Amino acid sequence: MSRAFRRVLPYPLLSLSIFVMWLLLNQSVTPAALTFAAVLALGGGWVMTALGQESPRIRRPWTIVKLLGIVFVDIVHSNIAVARIILRPKSRRGAPGFMAVPLDMRDPYGLAVLAIVLTSTPGTIWTNFSSSSGMLLIHVLDLQDEQMWIDTIKNRYERRLMEIFE
Amino acid sequence: MRFLPLPPARPLDLPFLVLDWSLFIAQLFLGLAMACAAYRLIFGPRAQDRVLGLDTFYVNAMLLLLTYGIRIASAVYFEVALIIGMLGFVGTVALSKFIMRGEVIE
Amino acid sequence: MIDIDLTFKDLPAWAAYVTALFVFLGSSLALIGSIGLLRLKSFYERVHAPTLGATLGTGFILVASMLCFSVLRGRLSVHEILIAVFLTTTTPVAMMLLVRAALYRDRVENNREVPESNKYKGVVSGQQNRPD
Repeated sequence: MSRAFRRVLPYPLLSLSIFVMWLLLNQSVTPAALTFAAVLALGGGWVMTALGQESPRIRRPWTIVKLLGIVFVDIVHSNIAVARIILRPKSRRGAPGFMAVPLDMRDPYGLAVLAIVLTSTPGTIWTNFSSSSGMLLIHVLDLQDEQMWIDTIKNRYERRLMEIFE
Repeated sequence: MRFLPLPPARPLDLPFLVLDWSLFIAQLFLGLAMACAAYRLIFGPRAQDRVLGLDTFYVNAMLLLLTYGIRIASAVYFEVALIIGMLGFVGTVALSKFIMRGEVIE
Repeated sequence: MIDIDLTFKDLPAWAAYVTALFVFLGSSLALIGSIGLLRLKSFYERVHAPTLGATLGTGFILVASMLCFSVLRGRLSVHEILIAVFLTTTTPVAMMLLVRAALYRDRVENNREVPESNKYKGVVSGQQNRPD
């Protein structure tokens, strides 16, 4: 059962997102659109097997929901903070700068999601990650306390992402 | 599936005026934002500033098209916005690659 | 697909107000981000500014668009989510590549504001294959 499933749908999440994307683009759920979406979804999964990338294993849906909420709140907060820095430059207390964060996560999908989270919150940008030393280099717009940033990244995001992906 | 009954069409009234002006102001803002991005694109002291300007420019252009789509109540501009987003991303990546190595295809 | 008969004059009052507010907020954020692109001093500061328009600014305008078209058509119209998903996954990649490229150039040209290679050994872009 499981092997047959893997053969037909090697990347279930990818196939599902292609399916939904096609329906959204078509804006219809007619049988024709559904059929074509299914064909595309299956084909997309098979094409990906040629790249040989492992399919991500995702656990704990509740943690995903919580993480999404946290990220949304953080995006709103840092949008306001960065807007304030731009409009009133004197209100800034720290200075811009690079800093290194030691990471424990090694899962490539988890790291990709962390990169998206860090870069989409204004004020921090993921610059480089060295997989050999596990050090991540980020640039922070308002850098006051490096330890605070390290704690935020590790406790708020990395811990939850490790729960989801590892 | 109708989940909200449409009200009868009204003569010019306050909600319509508010939305009309809000859309106008939004388009003005986005135009100004594109001007700022264009400044960086043209005068940006270094090549990376120009690429950043281009990136901002296309995101703002995408938003401008979306607001225009709301204004004339047409969904066609959604597709245009989607394509601008995709091509802009490819452009930024190619230009970053170019800045890094001096050639796009290695 | 092409709704010639639609016009946003048909929106009920609450939807018109909410759409107006969201469009205004979104475009203000995009404008603030672009002003930041002008006002901030160094490249690495400027990189942060456009993120405003690309995240919450786009989000507001997309929600306004979704609301407006859903109410106008009387059915869910959420294909704008595609733009949101696409933008949130691509912007980080583009920004990361751009910052890396800038770092690489600054390191080659020995600029001051770039992290020293001995402090962050093996972290700085372009260092992996170059012993120095």
